[in-house]
Amino acid sequence: MDDAGTVTAFWILTVITVGSALMVVAVRNLIHAVVFLILSFLGIAGLYVTLSADFVAVTQVLIYAGAVSVLILFAIMLTPRAGRDNTETFLRLPALLLAILVGFTIGFVALDADWAIADRGSFEETASAIGEALLSKYVLPFEIASVLLLVAMLGAILLVRPEGAVEE
Amino acid sequence: MSVELEHYLVVGAILFATGLYVALAKRNFVGVLMGIELMFNAVNLTFVAFSRFVESAAPLSGHVFVVFVITVAAAEAAIALAVAVLLYRTRDTIDVDRIDLLKW
Repeated sequence: MDDAGTVTAFWILTVITVGSALMVVAVRNLIHAVVFLILSFLGIAGLYVTLSADFVAVTQVLIYAGAVSVLILFAIMLTPRAGRDNTETFLRLPALLLAILVGFTIGFVALDADWAIADRGSFEETASAIGEALLSKYVLPFEIASVLLLVAMLGAILLVRPEGAVEE
Repeated sequence: MSVELEHYLVVGAILFATGLYVALAKRNFVGVLMGIELMFNAVNLTFVAFSRFVESAAPLSGHVFVVFVITVAAAEAAIALAVAVLLYRTRDTIDVDRIDLLKW
């Protein structure tokens, strides 16, 4: 991947993604943090496009930038007096040290390891191949995922139902 | 100048470290969840990068795995946010410092 467009897109998207992830840490207002989180999700969707993962990129925009962030906003709005503050606990310093340590370890291993790089070029389009794989090789995990989503949906409804809600 | 596998892996590492810090240090329960979502995204980015660059018999398996991870992450988000609402209803706070019933 060495055409100028892809390289430029990669660096711009990296700055957007990492920058807004750091802003999630820095801003003091939780609503603003969610907005930066959405920006970070969109940047990652762009990075998927540079990796020629079209289906995953669209899924990222739909599920993360759309559904999950709206869920997070709902949770903030439904807990009114809990405050909008985005401050840290007393664990701030140990957490910072651990995060830096983990980040450097993963980064070092990523740079040091001798990956078996393939020169097959980018994918043409992935959606049909992913669909075939989901309904042939991965059909059992696919069905389990649908049951998981059903259980999660029922569980969420049951959990937040007010005490003593009248049965029909 | 070109973009290689290592570039994506380092971006993934930075995102994972940021998410880990957010998940460990934030005072607000919803903030902790946002850190977990960031970590999920870092892992997904790494999966897709490996799927694109590394030698494999079935290179699209990485994409299929990412689709499953996104499914599980969506289920996790729904349940966790229901727990946040429930926690607020019973304890009147979602400050993780003050949810300490099991503490000595």
